[in-house]
This record gives sequence, C-alpha cells and structure tokens, in this order.
Amino acid sequence: MSAPTMTTDKVAEPRRSRHRGDVPRPRGGSFAKALRRNLTAHGFLIGAVLCFSFFSWYPMVREFLLAFQKTEGGRTTWAGWSNLTTVFNDPAFWQAWRNTALFTVLALVLGFAVPFLVAVVLNEFRHAQGYLRMLVYLPVMLPPVASVLLFKYLYDPGYGLFNEILGFFGLPAQQWLQDPDTSMLSVVIAATWMNMGGATLIYLAALQGIPGELYEAAELDGAGVLRKIWHVTVPQTRLILSLMLLMQIIATMQVFVEPFLLTGGAGPEGSTTTVVYLIYQYAFNFNNYGAAAALGLVLLVLLAGFSAVYVKLSRAEDE
Amino acid sequence: MTTRTLISPAQLARPRGKVLYWVTFALVVVLFTLVFLGPLYWMVSGGLKTTQEVVQTPPTLVPGSLHAENYSRAWEVMDLARLLFNTLYYAFGALAFQLVLDVAAAYSLSRLRPVFGKAILGMMLATLMIPATVLVVPQYLTVLDVPVFERNLLNSPWAIWLPSVTNAFNIFLLKRFFDSIPKELLDAASMDGASPMRTLRSIVLPISRPILGVVSIFAVVGVWKDFLWPMLTLPDPGKQTLNVGIYSLSTGVPENILIAALTIASVPTLLIFLLFQRNIMSGLTAGGLKG
Repeated sequence: MSAPTMTTDKVAEPRRSRHRGDVPRPRGGSFAKALRRNLTAHGFLIGAVLCFSFFSWYPMVREFLLAFQKTEGGRTTWAGWSNLTTVFNDPAFWQAWRNTALFTVLALVLGFAVPFLVAVVLNEFRHAQGYLRMLVYLPVMLPPVASVLLFKYLYDPGYGLFNEILGFFGLPAQQWLQDPDTSMLSVVIAATWMNMGGATLIYLAALQGIPGELYEAAELDGAGVLRKIWHVTVPQTRLILSLMLLMQIIATMQVFVEPFLLTGGAGPEGSTTTVVYLIYQYAFNFNNYGAAAALGLVLLVLLAGFSAVYVKLSRAEDE
Repeated sequence: MTTRTLISPAQLARPRGKVLYWVTFALVVVLFTLVFLGPLYWMVSGGLKTTQEVVQTPPTLVPGSLHAENYSRAWEVMDLARLLFNTLYYAFGALAFQLVLDVAAAYSLSRLRPVFGKAILGMMLATLMIPATVLVVPQYLTVLDVPVFERNLLNSPWAIWLPSVTNAFNIFLLKRFFDSIPKELLDAASMDGASPMRTLRSIVLPISRPILGVVSIFAVVGVWKDFLWPMLTLPDPGKQTLNVGIYSLSTGVPENILIAALTIASVPTLLIFLLFQRNIMSGLTAGGLKG
C-alpha cells in the first residue's frame, strides 16, 4: 500500500474501490460519501447499540461500582472493600459455595455423561431416530414452571410416583426434596431431565462427523465396543466434549431457577442455597445491592477463567 | 445412506447382532418413551382426574372418571387467558424488536462495515463472557431508573423487549450468515443503485430465511421459558407471564386444577416445537456451540 496519506480514504472505500478505483474523484466528495456511508451504517446499528448500552454495558460497569458502594436511605457512599468482607464473613457464603460445587459435580456426572452416552447409543440406531431425538428434546421446550411443578408432584413423599417406583423394586421410600441429604441430587435429576436435550443433539451432530474408516481400522486391530468408544469416539469428539464441559461448568455454577422453584431456593437446612440464590437474597430480600454485587463479582472472577478457556478452544475449532 | 458407526454392519447382519440390536432398540424406545413422555402423560391425565384421585396412593394410570371441566376451571380460576395473552405479547414484542434491531445491526456489521464496527462487535461479544446472573442486579436497578431518560420500566413490557435485543449470540449468528452471502450479489445491487435498506429488504432477507426462522424460534421460546427476569420486573399480577403467574398461584389451588393449568401452559411451546422441529434441531447444531 502507498504512504499513509489521508486514512479516511482507505477506511471509507475498502471494497468499492476495486470496482470504481479508476474513476477519479475529488477529495471533498469522497469524504462526504464516506461520511454518508458511515452515517447509514451507524444508523442501522444505533438501535442495538443503545439497547446494549443501557441493558448490558452500563450494567456491567454498574456491577463493579455497586460492589464497592453502599446505599442507605437513598444516599450512595463509597464502601471500599466492606461489601466483600460482609459477604465473606456470612456463614451462608461457604455453604452456598459448597452447595454450588456439589450441584456442579452432580450435574457433570449426570448432565455431562448421560447426554453423551445417550447420543452414542442413539447414533447406532437405524430406526426411529427422529422420534427418539424428539423425545429427548421435548422437555427443553416445556415452560420451567410446568416441568418443575411436575417434578414436585413426582417427588412427593406421600403420593409421588418416584417412591411408588422405588417400592416396586423393593427399595425404601425417600424424602427427596425434603431431606437435606437428597435434596440437591433431586434438583440435579430434575434439571438434567429438563435440559439434557440440547447437549444430546449437539453430541449427535458431532458423532455423525466421525469418519467410519476409523472404526474399521480399530476393528482390524481387534478393538471391542468399549475400546472403540475410548480410542475413536472420545478423541474424535474431544473438542466438542471439552467445550460442552466448560459450558456446563459455567452454566451450572449459575444455577438458580431449578432450586428456587423446586425447594424455594434455600431447601431443607439450606441444603440447596446456591451462590446465585444468595445473590438474589442479598439484592431482593435484604435490599443489600452492594453485597449482592460483591458476591456477583466473586462469581464473575471465578467464571471468567472458564470463559477465557472456552473462547480460546472455540476459536481453535473455528480454524 | 447411513454412515458407518461404532458397530460394524457385518456384526449387525449376523443373527446374534440382529437380536441384540432389536432388543436394545426396543428397550431404549420403551425407556425413553417412559422417561420423557411419561411425565407429560401423567400431566395431561392428571388434569382430568378428581382432586382425590390425583393425591391417592397408588396413583392410577388411567383416570377413573374424566373431568374435562378441570381444564375450563383452571382457565378461569388462574386467569390463564390473561397470563397467556401477556406471555404472547411479551414474546412476540421481543421477537419484533430482535428481528428489526439485531438484523439491522448484524447487517451493518457484516456488510456496511462502519468505523469502529469491529470494536462494537467485540464489545457485544464480550457480554457473552459475563455470567448472565451477575448482571441481573444492576440490570434490575437500570430498569427501575433508566439513565438519561429517567424512566421507570417496572411493570412495563419494555422491560422485557429492550433487554431481549442485547442478544450477542443472535447478532453473531446473523452476522456469520450475512458474511456468507456472495459479495457479487450485493455489489451488483449497489451498482444498480440500490440503497443499503433496499439491498437488505430485497436480497439479504429473502436469502436469510432459514437463519431468521431459527433466531425467531429461539427468541419466542426464550421469553416463554424465562422466569427470574419477568418475576423481578413485572410484579403486578395482572402483567405477569404464565411461568410467574402459575407459580405464584400454585399453592392456592387444588392439585388437579393446577396440573390442568400446567398442561395448558405447556401446549404453545410444544406446538411450536412440533411444527418447527426441523428448524430447531438444525439451528441447535448449527450455532449451538460457537460463542
């Protein structure tokens, strides 16, 4: 390219110049044109940019400010680190993190492994695949209030279907949501049922991209079904698997709606209080926006690491 | 037609393979039907039972006597007409806003390439990295008192519509699709003197129907499924959505009526799903992972 004269020229007409480059244009005219072009382009953008400014970007900044502010009687003052110390000294803080970690681990065991296994099995069928796929995705389309109240009835210790089924197999009845030992597991089972459809379909799509020769080659080496899964299926879908794992971690650490609807949020003896429920409580039950924002910031810092890895991996996949 | 998968065709063709295949297949079909359709059947049939029958042990598989009037009672008692109308109003309003503003933004970023376009796109995508729940509190405070305009959007549909536009993922999906439209097509239009608006309307939008379909479905379903945000921003019972309204009334009505209400609330999204199954599935796998 030539020496950097007026940069506006290059910015303004990077593409059209190829078609009209040979037509000489007065500099002023081109500037006016560039201005007009940019005005049009920004005109198309302005609506979305305004929405982002008010409901995304500004709240992001505000989140940081709030974390270090105190609001009392309509007056906002600088609070320094005191919100953070409040949050850290709250006994509920550690319990909420323990519960959230438990939820994440359980959700990974169920919500990560089950959809993958389901996808592997479904992929083998030559019949009724459409029907089975539709079944798995069906719950995703239900309004959460329907699935959650449905599960509340199924879990009911008195007349619930689940205890009925356990009884049929000669197993003891459970208290499910009412027992602090099983409440979180019950929430995870319901959440997995509600949400596993999306992941299953994504895995299925990934499985269909595996070249069949790889399986043939593995068979020549005498590999059985399990070894083929381990040595062909898993490595071939590794990128999708790791992306989904990160996405699952990011999503499950923010879990709120399922425990909130199933157990009212806290659950028996606080056994289903999650970090986000604690944020909700600070903000909307105790009106302590500063503490809510401070806790949000802690969560943000923790998840930012996972997000960064995710972005890096998905870039790698794009290339 | 089918590509080679885990189990080899030769193995499947053997008698033992065939038996094994059909046995697993039958087991999986029965199990999946029970697990995923069972609760739905329980819901629909539960709505037809009497209150005593719903809570009796052991539960009945088929309602002893059919009480279709539960559905009409649920409709009246829980004011489902209003809740349904509200939800539709919010969902299709959000859809309209997203289609107009997000499509325009994606088109501009993809084709008109304004100054700072890259930076703006980057800032939009950055919002995907911030956990959504972290922003709920400051977003709520913004809705209470929108800066510059100094308006309180509490209990107003704008509180649902405007934030729904900030869907960086949709903009990204749309932009990628617009990027893939052949350049020659658009250059030809602009040589013929078509304005950007005209090009968008007559060339870009007709080609983009599949992606617009996917974005639309996700937009409507997104509002239909949302719980926390409408609960916070629409506290007025007359303005609530199905999710919030049914939840807040759930403790005060008999079980069978509530179950009937749940069935009614589920019908619209299930219908959308059954009608647009193909689009939803393809949309999921097309854009499900990229972020």
